Amino acid sequence: MAETTYLEAIRQAMSEEMDRDPAVVLIGEDVGVYGGAFKASEGLLERFGWERVIDTPISESAIVGAAIGMGYAGLRPLAEMQFIDFIACAFNQITNFAAKSHYRWGAPVPLVLRGPCGGGVHGGPFHSANPEMYFVHTPGLKVICPATAYDAKGLLKSAIRDNNPVLFFEHKFLYRRIKEDLPEDDYTVPIGKASVRRQGRDLTIISYAAMLHTSLEAAAELAKEGIEAEVVDLRTLLPLDTETILASVRKTNKLLVVHEDTRTGGIAGEIAALVTENAFEHLDGPIRRVTSLDTPVPYAPPLEEYFLPSVAKVVSAARELAHY
Amino acid sequence: MASSLTREQHLDLYYYMRLNRDLEEQMVRLFRQNKIVGGVYSSLGQEAISVGTAYSLGPGDWIAPMIRNIGSLLVRGFKPRDILTQHMARYTSPTLGKDGTSHFGDLKTRHVVSPISMLGDLIPVMTGIAMAGRYLGQKIVAMTWIGDGGASTGVFHEALNLAAVQKAALVLIVENNHWAYSTPTERQTALRDLADRAKAYGIEGAIVDGNDVVAVERTAREAVAHARAGHGPVLIEAKTMRMRGHAQHDPAEYVPKEMIEEWKRCDPLDRHEKFLTENKLWNAKTKQEIDQRIARELQADVEFAENSPFPPPELAAEGVYCEGCHTIEADWKRPKEEVMPPRSSVVAKWQIKNPNAAEGPSKRTPASTHSPSGNGARPAPSAKTSAKPKHAKKSKGARVPVKAGH
Ligand SMILES: Cc1ncc(C[n+]2csc(CCOP(=O)(O)OP(=O)(O)O)c2C)c(N)n1
Ligand SMILES: [Mg+2]
Repeated sequence: MAETTYLEAIRQAMSEEMDRDPAVVLIGEDVGVYGGAFKASEGLLERFGWERVIDTPISESAIVGAAIGMGYAGLRPLAEMQFIDFIACAFNQITNFAAKSHYRWGAPVPLVLRGPCGGGVHGGPFHSANPEMYFVHTPGLKVICPATAYDAKGLLKSAIRDNNPVLFFEHKFLYRRIKEDLPEDDYTVPIGKASVRRQGRDLTIISYAAMLHTSLEAAAELAKEGIEAEVVDLRTLLPLDTETILASVRKTNKLLVVHEDTRTGGIAGEIAALVTENAFEHLDGPIRRVTSLDTPVPYAPPLEEYFLPSVAKVVSAARELAHY
Repeated sequence: MASSLTREQHLDLYYYMRLNRDLEEQMVRLFRQNKIVGGVYSSLGQEAISVGTAYSLGPGDWIAPMIRNIGSLLVRGFKPRDILTQHMARYTSPTLGKDGTSHFGDLKTRHVVSPISMLGDLIPVMTGIAMAGRYLGQKIVAMTWIGDGGASTGVFHEALNLAAVQKAALVLIVENNHWAYSTPTERQTALRDLADRAKAYGIEGAIVDGNDVVAVERTAREAVAHARAGHGPVLIEAKTMRMRGHAQHDPAEYVPKEMIEEWKRCDPLDRHEKFLTENKLWNAKTKQEIDQRIARELQADVEFAENSPFPPPELAAEGVYCEGCHTIEADWKRPKEEVMPPRSSVVAKWQIKNPNAAEGPSKRTPASTHSPSGNGARPAPSAKTSAKPKHAKKSKGARVPVKAGH
């Protein structure tokens, strides 16, 4: 069977869920006739028609708001942000309307909001964002950042079937760069479960999305030096799989967190707090982070390269920690 | 004034307006006794709008009231005790004390969406409900309200525009009560009539005297019929006056006294009572019966609320996520096969209906298409930019001159 890209996996998840359940509809800018800015929804309009694949005006608040309303009426809407940076325009609908709805008055919002995030493609300050932490700080939401084609498909299906508002951040660097064989049969990946991608004994590297691949490459480099890094893929940031994180740290006794999001307020800080609160006596060294700089994402290739974590930066931080 | 409502319905309008007013007066008393946890936002003088608009809807329709639309909640079947316990933060309230005021709803039976405080955000949500209703074949209408101040938000524009291009069955009531907290409407908009906004979205608009419940009900009923028939959204501007401060804490010294005095003469309850009397639809005894019934209901519900406990503290930690406690169910009123492959399959190509087709691109002056100075942003002098206003078309009888304000 042909290998499936991360992008195609997302398209398959949407298409298969729309086939399975007529309550699933797609709404967003240029998602229909054009098939989405990255072609994630290519062919869906042809298959499911105008009523289920809805091209909208450029109105992020209205897209998310309308999707919330559709959810109240019993549908399971998928809303697309053309680039995830534009999610800022819909912040209020997400954080005040969708996130608080079930807690306040018991009205579930079965909404999936998906879109391309992340840098490494020279998108500059407005087409490279990793906005996950704005939303990880918002009780009521679920936040997913898949790193593989298998997970992208399985987690998107879980997100569509979930009764809560789920933000699904697709890393655009991965769209066409990674592929794998996917099962023919329907499968899902559970929300809120991390995955240990590589076993190791010397330190734990926790990461997600594109940085998982950077971390795995770094782990391969480190192995040549005799350092065995365990690599954990968070997959879901909210709710966070604290058990897998703590189990790995209790095993390796050292922790490095790698993320493409900027440093201050990134998930690394939260994980560091979690580990010191719950596994302090297991730590044999300081918790370290490799993250992007605390700046907007710069445009010029040398600037962006300097801004982003890299295999070399991860290797060097891990080596230092392993020898601590 | 002509009206298609029956005597019973006219009396209903009185009942709900009186209940709305007496309930709010009761809440003011409770506020002064420190029994209300948060604020009380009075709709004194605006009851005809909440009641008349909600009354025009059918049972399957949806509403999303704003904070001053307690009357709409009553029409929709909520009881005074729901509103009282909400304000008093009791465990017996619809939100169990998790939220206050009119921030509650009921998706399954009454089709009421809870507002959030952020003004304007209900409009896209109700647009989505209207879109979903059409998709499901339900023939429903979604109604919501916004103030003269809330109409200045960006989401107001986004949502009305989306509703317009989608021809969503949305009826939006703009309650122009001349004040947004301390800010007069002339500082919100340079328009004289907010209903003129309808033109900008290519939808129907109407202006109604918001203190005349019969006119409000009729205008809303026409708008609902228009939306239900698939002709798209309607914006109704109801002119009225906020007779109290923004909330109980606000003495509203910024409001000119004469303005209040003038609007007192247009009190919606007085007017409807006069209407009922002049049309011989009731007598003193009928009025007394209704008023006494309301007094009894209110007394029972105030007692219920006062005797209700606060929620247990641990409740604070519960209910962030739906973990299977609710089912998501669409009420399909059409065959699902219609929206499933292969019947759903289409050719993904736009059919562009060019509104300027009669002119044709060749007839355009070069200045309007390739103007190096204006990039077409400045319309050529020949371009038709000022379509005749026809926003009052749908509601001839209801368009009334507004006596005070502005
Ligand atoms: C987006 C937003 N900004 C500010 C506020 C604070 N606020 C609450 S009510 C109000 C005035 C609203 O005026 P209007 O829309 O005319 O409604 P009215 O109070 O007259 O019913 C303001 C500024 C808010 N709720 N939402
Ligand atoms: Mg106002």
